[in-house]
Amino acid sequence: MTVSELVKSLDLEILSMTDGTREIKGAYAGDLLSWVMGRASAGNVWATIMTNVNVVAVASLVDMSATVICENSEIGDDVIETAKQKGINLLRTRLPIYEFTAALSRLI
Amino acid sequence: MSEPLVFTFDVDGENFTSAGEASVAMKKNLRMLGISPEAIRRVAIAMYEGEINMVIHAGGGKATVTVSSDAVKIILEDKGPGIANVELAMKEGFSTAPENIRNLGFGAGMGLPNMKKNADEMTVESTLGVGTTITMTVNI
Repeated sequence: MTVSELVKSLDLEILSMTDGTREIKGAYAGDLLSWVMGRASAGNVWATIMTNVNVVAVASLVDMSATVICENSEIGDDVIETAKQKGINLLRTRLPIYEFTAALSRLI
Repeated sequence: MSEPLVFTFDVDGENFTSAGEASVAMKKNLRMLGISPEAIRRVAIAMYEGEINMVIHAGGGKATVTVSSDAVKIILEDKGPGIANVELAMKEGFSTAPENIRNLGFGAGMGLPNMKKNADEMTVESTLGVGTTITMTVNI
């Protein structure tokens, strides 16, 4: 499944979409950035409630297919702008992490 | 690549939000050099953790990355307080990061372990009150 298809299926809000054709390879959920960086794999969708600018760096370095901010967690315009500059797919949902990843697991 | 390429970066210790810029820039450089995505990922993660550590604990420092035909070598030097017990610091979950850093999602005690995991070789030289130098090699 591609990131664009995921957006459509789960009605996600697009904050930054630089490559909607990116294929999703599994998922990872977590808020401790170093923990996520050590465990997540390239191509994962990352579900988190963290929204500081370091989230963009982690998403870029791990090479996530998309990062999904859950529970409509508030995010600064500067962070969204950085995501666009770094070519990061950044999405948002009102669903809590558990509900989002449960819905995602039914799709991928 | 006959001659090794050397990249140097100053890691700003004052600005936590820009931490990681050297790693992201290095990732781009390696991509242009045609290095494999998996090797790039390992270099970028190892270097990012090191950068974050320098910002959190040492007030910044210097990163030198040497790219040769078979390996990427990353040297991270700081003039911070040094690491009292390197063996303990290498344990997953051990952290001395302050509360404000934990609120940003760091301080899980995964920095040094992540660096070791992603590097093929890693040495830590640290002297209390003088600073820390970490050398990591990622084979490509």
